[in-house]
Order: sequence, then C-alpha cells, then structure tokens
Amino acid sequence: MLIVSTKHIDVAAECIPTHQLLNVAGERVPDRELDHYVAKLTESDLADFLRDMVVLRRLDNEATALQRQGELGLWAPLLGQEAAQIGSVRATRDSDFIFPSYREHGVAWARGVKAEDLLSVWRGAQSSGWNPNEVNIACQQIVIGAQTLHAAGYGMGIKFDGTDDVAITYFGDGATSQGDVSEAMVFAASYQAPVLFFCQNNQWAISEPVALQSRTQIADRAQGFGLKTWRVDGNDILAVYAATQAALAHCRNGLGPTFIEAVTYRMGSHTTADDPTRYRKPDELEQWKAKDPIDRLVKYLHVIGADVQSYEQRAQNAADELAAQLRAAITAMPDPAVDELFDNVYSEAHEPSVRAREGYLGYLAEFEGEGH
Amino acid sequence: MSSNAAPTRRLNTAKAMVEAIAREMERDEDVCVMGEDVGAYGGIFSSTTGLLERFGPQRVMDTPISETGFIGAAIGAATEGMRPIVELMFVDFFGVCMDQIYNHMAKIHYESGGNVKVPLVLTTAVGGGYSDGAQHSQCLWGTFAHLPGLKVVVPSNPADAAGLMTAAIRDDNPVVFMFHKGVQGLPWMAKNRRSIGPVPEGEHVVPIGKAAVAREGRDVSIVTLSLSVHHALDVAEELAAEGVDVEVLDLRSLVPLDTEAILATVAKTGRLVIVDEDYQSFGLSGEIAARIVEHDPGLLTVPIQRVANPDVPIPYARALEYAALPTPARIKAAVLKAVAR
Ligand SMILES: Cc1ncc(C[n+]2csc(CCOP(=O)(O)OP(=O)(O)O)c2C)c(N)n1
Ligand SMILES: [Mg+2]
Repeated sequence: MLIVSTKHIDVAAECIPTHQLLNVAGERVPDRELDHYVAKLTESDLADFLRDMVVLRRLDNEATALQRQGELGLWAPLLGQEAAQIGSVRATRDSDFIFPSYREHGVAWARGVKAEDLLSVWRGAQSSGWNPNEVNIACQQIVIGAQTLHAAGYGMGIKFDGTDDVAITYFGDGATSQGDVSEAMVFAASYQAPVLFFCQNNQWAISEPVALQSRTQIADRAQGFGLKTWRVDGNDILAVYAATQAALAHCRNGLGPTFIEAVTYRMGSHTTADDPTRYRKPDELEQWKAKDPIDRLVKYLHVIGADVQSYEQRAQNAADELAAQLRAAITAMPDPAVDELFDNVYSEAHEPSVRAREGYLGYLAEFEGEGH
Repeated sequence: MSSNAAPTRRLNTAKAMVEAIAREMERDEDVCVMGEDVGAYGGIFSSTTGLLERFGPQRVMDTPISETGFIGAAIGAATEGMRPIVELMFVDFFGVCMDQIYNHMAKIHYESGGNVKVPLVLTTAVGGGYSDGAQHSQCLWGTFAHLPGLKVVVPSNPADAAGLMTAAIRDDNPVVFMFHKGVQGLPWMAKNRRSIGPVPEGEHVVPIGKAAVAREGRDVSIVTLSLSVHHALDVAEELAAEGVDVEVLDLRSLVPLDTEAILATVAKTGRLVIVDEDYQSFGLSGEIAARIVEHDPGLLTVPIQRVANPDVPIPYARALEYAALPTPARIKAAVLKAVAR
C-alpha cells in the first residue's frame, strides 16, 4: 500500500541556517555573512521599502476587491509575501532578466510594470500587460515550474554573451517537486550559468502543505545540485535584500548559479477561486500574522528612532493614490475586440491562416447582436 | 447496459463520479486515488470530495506537485496490482507528463508482450467557458484518442459519469476519463441544467465504446460529446418548435469510437453537424467525417457542418473565448444550414 504522510521529520542539525536580520520584535540581529550587504542602506531606503510594501499590499487588496466585484476574472493574492518580493527585486538591476510565476505581482510592479497593465491580463483585456523585452520580466507563468528552465537557458545565453547580468526565476515550494525545476538546476549548475533560483516557500501549494513536497528544507535540496544556497526569513526584508545581493554578486562574479529559499506565508487564499478554510487551521494564520513583514519593518524603524508616522503617512498616501487610479483604469478598460481572436497565434501572417481568419470573422459577423 | 429498473436519485456529475469511485473502493481495496488536491480539498472540480474522510490518507493521496511523478508512480503501482485513479488537475498540464502517458501507460502492455497490465484511470478536467485562459481551457481529447493503447471516455451527464467511471476502474486497460468542468454541476460554474440528473442506485455500468442517442430526430444529426451535448439538446428543443427534428448522438467514448452509431444516425437523417469543443484541425471532427466517407459517401445528402474551435488558443477574455467556443448560437446556425433553412 502506498503511503504519503504529511508529518514533518526533524530537520538535521547541519542543515543550512535561516538568516534573519530583523527578529519578530523588529530588532536588528547581527549576521556576519550578510550584514555587509545592508550596511549602506539609509533610513530613506528603509522608508522606501516600507512604502513599496504598503503600496503593494494595497494593490493586492484592490485586485482582490476588483475580482470580487467581477472586474477581474481571477487573482492570485500575494498577501504576506511583500518582503520576499520587494526585498529581492530591489536588489536586482534593470538589465537582469526575471522569470516570475503568477504570484509575483510585486516583482513586476517594482520593475516598472504599471499596476493597471498587470491587472489588465487578469481582467482579460489584453493577453500580455507588458512587453517582456522592455522591462526585462517575462509574462507570469502559470504552468508550475516551467519558467525555471527558461531562466536556465537565459542564463546560458548571458554567459555566452559575456555580460554580468543574471537571470532570476521565482517559483513556489510546490514547484520544487516538478521535474522542470530540478532539471533547471541541473542545467544551470552544469553550465555554471548566472541564474538565481528564488523560491518563496509560502508553506502551501493550494491545499498541500510544504512537508508533502519535501522532507528536508528546500534549501538543502538545492545545495545538493551544487548551487550556492541561502535560506532566509522571507518576512524580513533586510535578510531577503541582503541574501539576494549576495546571490547576485556570486552569479555576476562567474561563480555559477545560486538559490534562495525565502520562508514566508501565503496569508490569503491560493487564488480568488479558493477557500483555504477547507484545508488549513485559522490559528496558523494568527501565528504568521505575528511575523507580518510590514509590521516587522515598522517596528525596526521605531527601534532606530525614525519618524515612523510620517513615513507611514507617505506610504498610505501613495497607496491611496495607486488604488484610486488603478480602480478607475481597470473599470474603464474595454474588452478586446473579437477580431483579435487570431492575433499572434503565429509570428507572421501566412496564407492559410489569413484565409481562416477572414472566413471565421465573416462567419462570426453573422451572429452579431445575438449574444452566445 | 445499465440496469434500468434500478431506482435513481438526482446527483450532479461530480457527486456521481465520487459515488462511483467510492463504491469501487468499497468493493476492491486495491482501488486508490492519487493527485494534487484530491484529499482535504476534494479535487478542485469536486471529483474526489469526501473520499479522504471516508477512506483515509493511505488510499486517497495528495501527491507532491509533479505530474510526471504521480502519473509515473501510479503506472508503477498499477503494475504491482493496485488499481489507481490518478487525477491530472487540468488536461492542459499533460505537457509536463506526456512521456509517462503515451510511452508508458499506453505501451507497457504491448511492450511486455501482453504480460504486464496497467489497470488505471487517468481522470482529468477539460473544457472552457469560464475565463481560465489558453493553458486551462483545452479539451485535447483528440490528442489522447490519437494514441494507441489508451481508452478514452468523455461523459456528458451524471449517470454516464458514474457508469463510465465504474467501467473504467474495472477495465484492465489504462482509461483516460475526461470530465468537462461545465458538466460537473458546480455552484461556481455556469449552470447547465443537465449537469444534475438521475443516477441509478446500486450497480451501474456504462460499457466503454457505446454511444447514446440523447435525442431522437429525423431531419439532421448532431454528433457531439461532453458539454456540447447539453447545448445540442437545448438547440434541438428550440428547433423542434420551428419544425426541425434534430437527433443528438452523445459519443461518450472516443476510444473505442462507436462507428456503428455514427453511421446509423447519418443513414437515418442524411445530414450531419459535428460539434467538438476541441481544436478543429486534425481531430475528432475530421475522424468522424472520414469514417462515414470510408463507409459510404452516399450516406450524406448535404455537406458536413463542423462547429469546433477555429484552431486558436482559447482566450481568457470572455468575449473572445465565446467567439471560439461552440456556442448554442453557432450550433443552431450549423443545423439550419444543414437543413437549408
Ligand atoms: C504543471 C501544473 N500542475 C498543476 C498546476 C495547478 N496548480 C496551480 S498553482 C499550484 C500550486 C503551486 O504551489 P507553489 O509552487 O507552492 O506556489 P504558490 O501557489 O504557493 O505561490 C498548482 C498545483 C499548474 N498550474 N501547473
Ligand atoms: Mg507555495
């Protein structure tokens, strides 16, 4: 009889340690390896982190609300993962290329994708909200893990071209079970390609707890592929930022691929089509609320004696502005025209497809005004 | 055939599937369920609701997120004597696990000289109509039916889902069981009234390979399957009022395909509309046309009408998606064309 139990085994002592620069009380914890990467951060940088996370949380809440009101088809909330996303993406530079999953809204937005362009895809108003080549971030991937292979290949291309850019791929804890993700690590390691594998371990893959995916820490597995690996408290933006800097430096120096496991929590539903009360206990959420990434940074700002109120006010204003503008843009967004049905199926028009398109659009025109 | 005398009760298709699985699990302890979110969640399209509570985690297994992993493992378990029901959450994800399906599941029996059997059921959700995009809305039954070694069933209603599930579990071949999300009768999907219907109590087996005449008619035949059967029946009812008598054939199985039933309905009406939510080219609709013409081109008195996806990825945007789907309006227009109205 096959048995899959979801009980954790004890994690062995020699496992990769979990870096934390800010503890839950918001106090700075020294970290010999990573301190150096945050040494130059100023109070104003921290205030920017705060603003980014507050605005992102608002973007996410607004998107959930818009979905509930029928303005979006679906939404995958990132609530709780703000530090993991903002901390990592803020460590990248614009010429690095990012391969995200469907939950990395914060990564895309921080890269300069406009909130309404991001949401337009989830609304179905356009098939791609941005040109990946303009913002160096690929379309959001929904087939679990597939994007990691693309990052491996992109990294091989970077190495061939001889630049010091890095390909960064984001994926979840569940994705690490996919063959694609293991194969991507094999390729990146084999070719010593500059690829950063960034895993947001948010504890859940829809209804499946992370223990079902891995009996060791995910980071320990990555190490086995020969990737330089860090495990960080993903709700600690300083730790995420520092580890990402370290990983990118490693890649840029030609030392091969890297892996970060950011330990975080999906505080919301898997998507707006999901009801997590079916499979997880409410006290778990309460425990993670105490580790909230935004609260953590606010506490730290208090600790260092910053004028927290004014920073919070500024962040709130930016969030209000974004939300209002986003809502206006989304609710005014027209549906795509039916004649777009055949667009971009092929990169160039060819005779049979042109005929098929014309024939079909003519045929559809016969139904105009009849509804479905 | 199904035991018609048995009393029935009304179930939606999802519940009918679950009941059939549960009954077989009671009957045969080698039957087990594997897949993503089939446990506490109960299947994201409710195809396994309540099975974990009833049979426990040793027989209802949430698996790591690897389709190659759990389908490959189910194949191995089947060769060991288990009878796994393994769920591929969306058929669209077949891409990440197709080697296990078409080179192994489908060929182990053949390659082993008939010595090794792979008695498993691969259940998978198909179809669109609810804005889920190009990688979550396909039917792809033509792709699976193309591959020798797999049986392929596609029920359209609760009773057939139960009866075909039972037959599939008992079959010693790998059977691909494709259920349309729109026929499951889920509260969050479009309501198709035929998604809830009578299901016989007790033993109920629908033989694999037998089509069903869902509605008799004299003027024109609609040959179809899955959710499109619902639309075809709606159109038939509507056109009855206009004096067009439509016969609807529900294929139910693609492998084996009930060629006799297709020939019989076409011989009867001489006019054929094929409705297929899958891509039009190189697929089911062409296969049906070929079988008729191979048998007797003279059976058809007018050209065949095909209502199928016009070979485009399925759009997420609702307006575009419905321009690609075989809607009742398109089916009706095709029927009227066939009868030259
Ligand atoms: C190949 C494939 N299999 C299954 C799915 C269905 N699915 C969507 S999200 C998901 C869970 C992924 O979990 P994880 O990688 O932890 O990412 P998270 O959703 O937590 O961000 C699954 C199984 C899919 N989209 N693609
Ligand atoms: Mg996860």
